Amino acid sequence: MRRYFSRKLLIYLITFFLAVTIDWLIPRLMPGDPIQNMLSRAALNANAAETMHTYYTHAFQLDLPVWQQYLSFWNALFHGDLGISTYLFPTPVAKVIKDAVPYDIFLLLPSILLSWWAGNKFGAFAARTKRLDNTVLPIAYLLTATPYMWLGILLAWVFGIILGWFPIAGAYSFTMGTQLTWVFVGSVLKHWFLPFASLFLVGFGGWAIGMRNMIIYELEADYSHYLEALGAPRRLIRRYAFRNAILPQLSGLALQLGVIVAGALVTEVVFSYPGIGYLILSAIQNQDYFLVQGCFLFIIIGVLLANFLIDIAYVIVDPRTRKGMVGE
Amino acid sequence: MWWKNKKGISTLVLILCVGLISALAVGQVYDRSETLYVSGAAWGPASTWNPFQPGNLANTTGTLGLVYETLFNYDPLTNTMIPWLAESGAWVTDSSYEVTLRNGLTWSDGTPLTAEDVAFTMNLAKEYDALWFAPMWNYVLSVISIGDYVVRFDFTDAPLYQEFDNNLYNIPIVPKHIWETKTEEDITIGANANPIGSGAYLYDTHASDRNVWLRNDSWWAIDALGLTPAPKRIVDIRFSSNNVALGSVIKGEVDLSNNFLPGVAGLSDQGIVSTYYKGAPYMLSANTAVLFLNTTIAPMDDAAFRKALAYAINVDDIVNIAYAKLVAAASPTGLLPSLSDFADQDVVAQLGWSYDPAMAKQILADAGYVDVDGDGYVEAPDGSAIALEVTCPSGWTDWMAAIAVISDSCKAAGINLEDVTPDYGAWNTQMQTGTFNMTLNNWAAMSNTPWTLYNLLFRHPIQAQMQSGNFGRYDSQELFDLVDALAAIQTTDIAGMKAACSEIQKVMLAEVPMIPLWYNGMWAQFSTSTWTNWPLDGANTPSRLPTTWSGYWQLGGLMMLCELELAE
Repeated sequence: MRRYFSRKLLIYLITFFLAVTIDWLIPRLMPGDPIQNMLSRAALNANAAETMHTYYTHAFQLDLPVWQQYLSFWNALFHGDLGISTYLFPTPVAKVIKDAVPYDIFLLLPSILLSWWAGNKFGAFAARTKRLDNTVLPIAYLLTATPYMWLGILLAWVFGIILGWFPIAGAYSFTMGTQLTWVFVGSVLKHWFLPFASLFLVGFGGWAIGMRNMIIYELEADYSHYLEALGAPRRLIRRYAFRNAILPQLSGLALQLGVIVAGALVTEVVFSYPGIGYLILSAIQNQDYFLVQGCFLFIIIGVLLANFLIDIAYVIVDPRTRKGMVGE
Repeated sequence: MWWKNKKGISTLVLILCVGLISALAVGQVYDRSETLYVSGAAWGPASTWNPFQPGNLANTTGTLGLVYETLFNYDPLTNTMIPWLAESGAWVTDSSYEVTLRNGLTWSDGTPLTAEDVAFTMNLAKEYDALWFAPMWNYVLSVISIGDYVVRFDFTDAPLYQEFDNNLYNIPIVPKHIWETKTEEDITIGANANPIGSGAYLYDTHASDRNVWLRNDSWWAIDALGLTPAPKRIVDIRFSSNNVALGSVIKGEVDLSNNFLPGVAGLSDQGIVSTYYKGAPYMLSANTAVLFLNTTIAPMDDAAFRKALAYAINVDDIVNIAYAKLVAAASPTGLLPSLSDFADQDVVAQLGWSYDPAMAKQILADAGYVDVDGDGYVEAPDGSAIALEVTCPSGWTDWMAAIAVISDSCKAAGINLEDVTPDYGAWNTQMQTGTFNMTLNNWAAMSNTPWTLYNLLFRHPIQAQMQSGNFGRYDSQELFDLVDALAAIQTTDIAGMKAACSEIQKVMLAEVPMIPLWYNGMWAQFSTSTWTNWPLDGANTPSRLPTTWSGYWQLGGLMMLCELELAE
């Protein structure tokens, strides 16, 4: 067991090092100069532009040799310093992310987990049930093939504009500040619902189809036929099939949970919902090295962490993994 | 044990719920009749309230104008400087300017605002080169306060009067008692959270998609000028997509949208939203979109080719198709309508141009640009093929449509020109390093002086990086001298300014170093469901810039707030 985990841990550490190095490198390969972009928005008095360019290039250490920038990046990282955003100057990157990530977690965690749970349950239930297979599953196909944006706009149009049940923009009403009151909580939930629903529906369709196909595969497996031949009840066979079918779905879940801090760009744009997805896009467009680095750092950590957790979960849910460890 | 039975647990949950319910009050929402909802100024989350950080101030648009104020305001529609913190300002001699402040000015923390604050603010730029108005100190010798109300600026013998006047309504005055203890870093790049200013509004709160400003009920101008902004609160919203902004203003949830929204012309005709003008161009003109030509690259180094381009581009299609009538075609001089007095109409009549493809072809043929290989496009006089690109940043949909028109109409005239849309960053770098063929730019803000535009068009000296103008690197000492001459003319000497502008225009229209195409609008569509008395064209209506853009509050936006009325 210890050997299994220490080996895993080593692999994760190497992956982290490589991923973070690439994360540092990629933004710097973009054509253009972040300081110029930051200053050009200022519509500066011309004489000041050059002085300020030199000043900020130095302040951001972009005048140092590349290898020195790389070393000081790691040094800063170990001190918990992600640098300062040029796009949202002078906000520290850590603060930008800290302000945005709660919205992503609040939106994505429930939608991913619930759609995973409901989709799997439903897919397993629908598999080999003729009526459901023929009626509801086509809808699931339609849902999962729907672009988030299109579904989002459709939901906003029907429930936001025509019926007027839900607001179409923001994380809470523009008529109030943040406050610990019922009106505010209600407003937050109301604004949360449509983006959540659009993510949930698309996710639900995907999981349901995946699960349905898995179950059919498992029901055709030798062990199912063997159980059938032994005269085991249908419920029992399906339960075994479900346990086996859930394993690949679990890996899929890990990947989705890992990128949770990346947000849901399109959904956030359609509903003007604050979150990190839109920030990443703006950061890339504005060549904000530091914000891009910071955001992707969290994605890297998220993916690795989620995978690690799923590794542990596998040990629990899949006896074969445990067997393998003992065999070593 | 109580937690072992289900009843115990449900009792606990019930207690927790009741506790939570009673802990949360009912909550307060802004009163609609006291709140103005606006959008269109911010393009990103709020990050700084430092009035010396012009780059990101758009995201907290009220910082300059609502919180911090300037000595003068300026009204572009009447072209007048309006004394603001200053009661008056006058040139005592050719190299000495005195500002007299109003009595009874106060900061929002109750401290009086005096001449010492003004002198302190101006001297900050002497000390710190990183402040945008530091170049003023190239021709300013000293700024001192004389008593509580008088500030004297002493100049070298060559003051740039035009720029100085521009500074008078752009430099925000900050409180000495707060800023004198700040470090250099705090002053030049600090975020300055919880700003203390002298203006009509106070910082209330912000989130990543909004800024809220609260009226300052002890604002000095309430007594001194009899002005009171109508809305108690201003909620400035950042929408991440145009359709949401449009939907909100149609529903009346947003009162004023300063976003560029395609299709507003039709909505205005139907009376669904209101605009400054009832018909085309619907919007006031805010800045000039100029096609910069890289004159270091053939064939743009040839004045004849440039002139042919000017005739070839179908500006009407840009106005009517790319913008659906929301903009107006620009004068060949590039000067905004508010500065049209400085456009010499005789020069325009003699040397100006308008869309005329036949004329374009004629000029090309006369200059030796002929289609040798029969591909429909002309070749250079030396026989080499011409294949050019016109660029704008990707995602700027109106400009993308405009360069598509430019490309089409040039192709029709026989010039092989493709429209290309790099990312903003790449576009910016190409422009500043001079590695583009042709590109659009509009970086001259609305101004009290034509010098602002010419400073963008003919920025000099030519350097490896042209960061703020003359991107095409048009190199003409004659023209540079003319622009410098204009900069040194007193702003009260209108005749002298006109003469200097006329000289510049003679060269500009003959040589066509760049092509002014159209006036970008001061995008503004408003709803009259909650607030009325919006700025409209015509008699007996307020004539103000209907805008919330950063840097434009002191150009009329604030007066608009004071003139708004609650709808019945």
